[in-house]
Amino acid sequence: MSKRTVNLLVPIIAVLLGLLAGAIIMLVSGYNPILGYSALLEGVIGNEYNIGETIRQATPLILAGLAVAFAFKTGLFNIGVEGQLIMGWFAAVWVGIAFDLPAGVHVIVAILAAAVAGALWAAIPGILKAKLRVHEVIVSIMLNYTALYVTNYLIRNVLTDNSDTTERIAETASLRSEFLSSFTDHSRFHWGIIVAILGAIIMWFILEKTKTGYELKAVGFNEEASRYAGMNVSKNIILSMVISGALAGLAGAMEGLGTYEFTSVKSGFTGIGFDGIAVALLGGNTAIGVILAGTLFGALKMGALNMPFEAGVPNELVDIVIALIIFFVASSYVIRVFLERKKRKGAK
Amino acid sequence: MSFVDILHIIIPSMIALAAPLIFTAIGGVFSERTGVVNIGLEGLMVFGAFTSIVFTLTFGDALGGLTPWLAIIAAMVVGMLFSLLHAVASITFRADQTVSGVALNFLAAGLCLFLVKLMYDKGQTDRISVRFNKTDIPILSDIPVIGDIFFSNVYVISYIAILVPFIVWYVLFKTPFGLRIRAVGEHPMAADTMGVNVSKIRYLGVVLSGAFAGIGGAIHAITVTNDFSHSTINGQGFMALAAMIFGKWHPLGALGAALFFGLAQSLSVVGGSLPFFSGIPKVYLDILPYVLTIIALAGFIGRADAPKASGKPYIKGNR
Repeated sequence: MSKRTVNLLVPIIAVLLGLLAGAIIMLVSGYNPILGYSALLEGVIGNEYNIGETIRQATPLILAGLAVAFAFKTGLFNIGVEGQLIMGWFAAVWVGIAFDLPAGVHVIVAILAAAVAGALWAAIPGILKAKLRVHEVIVSIMLNYTALYVTNYLIRNVLTDNSDTTERIAETASLRSEFLSSFTDHSRFHWGIIVAILGAIIMWFILEKTKTGYELKAVGFNEEASRYAGMNVSKNIILSMVISGALAGLAGAMEGLGTYEFTSVKSGFTGIGFDGIAVALLGGNTAIGVILAGTLFGALKMGALNMPFEAGVPNELVDIVIALIIFFVASSYVIRVFLERKKRKGAK
Repeated sequence: MSFVDILHIIIPSMIALAAPLIFTAIGGVFSERTGVVNIGLEGLMVFGAFTSIVFTLTFGDALGGLTPWLAIIAAMVVGMLFSLLHAVASITFRADQTVSGVALNFLAAGLCLFLVKLMYDKGQTDRISVRFNKTDIPILSDIPVIGDIFFSNVYVISYIAILVPFIVWYVLFKTPFGLRIRAVGEHPMAADTMGVNVSKIRYLGVVLSGAFAGIGGAIHAITVTNDFSHSTINGQGFMALAAMIFGKWHPLGALGAALFFGLAQSLSVVGGSLPFFSGIPKVYLDILPYVLTIIALAGFIGRADAPKASGKPYIKGNR
């Protein structure tokens, strides 16, 4: 078995093991796993509306996954995607409400504002890591909570007059589409999926086809060697966090300009940023892998909502399955050893 | 309102809010001192909170006043069990420790809510009726002024929380076992050469962190929220992680940081009703623990360095 096949097999085995464990949990809890999973499938592809909503659900997951994957590729762990996403969501809605721009221009400005907000928020751990050698994981976790409280404060005191929900964004800033919506039975399917796919292409292009991307990856592999080769390590670390943060901010724009068209005071995290970690891991940190994994998790999350109605299974079952999939992917060392052994036996 | 009156309101609530953070941060100290990063503290607190509430709802009538104590022990055991998942993944299977911790957080949130729905057929549990009673601590509460502010009408468990870090400090810095823990976290290869079983010590560290975080979650659920829902543990685990770092991976430092974060939380809850504090926007108090942690990490308040081997799996024979 070539390395490529093993790399492809690991996530597939992890997903299958996760689903199998989910089935066992359903059996033990007295539910019918076949009924449960067919309800899940029904919730994903049962009708046009569900298909539209599944793509809508997958859109921000793909972008969040790309954000995490981009940082991973360059040797950084951006666990702060959640906070950057919240900042992006806020910035997009702010531009959508406060500015008065022509159609076409407005939506692009709002999307860019989200990317900039996410990039700036991610620059903080980037700079601290590059200049002061502070570990980016802890700083970004702390910034997640800071983002949550700061945006809640700004929503109450700047965007609104002490209200929990902002007004709707101007129609010129919306990603919603009559066309996509009518053709999926009035789902909230919006143009954001194009942004997500563009994001994937841009990530692939930067990392695989440019000198900058080569430097970013080199610094991730071996800082000392990169410095010796004349690369500016600090600059590359900051740049990597900034690009990752911009992708995370875009994920926030999908919610602010597409799905909801407003923002509101949040009592807790959206969870999309953390799901992005799962998406990136399962997708092997590659652009195409993230699109596939994001779609899978979007489908699981969407299908989960149908499980309580049709099979009586609590939708949290899917969260358990996702957690187990991450465990299995993270422990892929074991799966790899197992595949290697099989290969050796096959050779004999 | 006099200054003493203000202290009367703030201090007891600060200590009550700090107790879960202290226990969980101590758990973090154990895990990280053996070289295993534990982002999963939040999830372990969720398991603890869930277990304690379910235990109290199930056995509260039969066991009476002993219930909260037994609930905390049950939460401790469950915390240990689930921390084993993190231990197996990150020590034996050499998974990325941060990723495994994140997975543990996901699992806790999903599994506990799944079980709540399975057992009670709704999204959150009933409120528990058997709780800790607030008491006056004998002798100490008779001290004038101080006794009233610090030792009257408090939970005994909060004071146990303040004592525990001193015991842990003794264990970590004055016993051979503590030396082994620190050696494994700083230089596992050297420890291995001296005959210390690195894996075993790391397993112990992670399981101890599960025990303490389980207790922390249970105390938070029993004394603060009184029920279990998706928002019972809402960032306390990460705040405990922050307290551990702010306390520079030292049990007494973690205690100080947790008390300080408890004060910030308490001010953000009751500050609005107090003179002087009512002028400060709540958002500053909300973000204070997190911002301070970042500043501490950046080295503006002396260096805060993690144990050297923290975050790296130990593979025998690798340099």
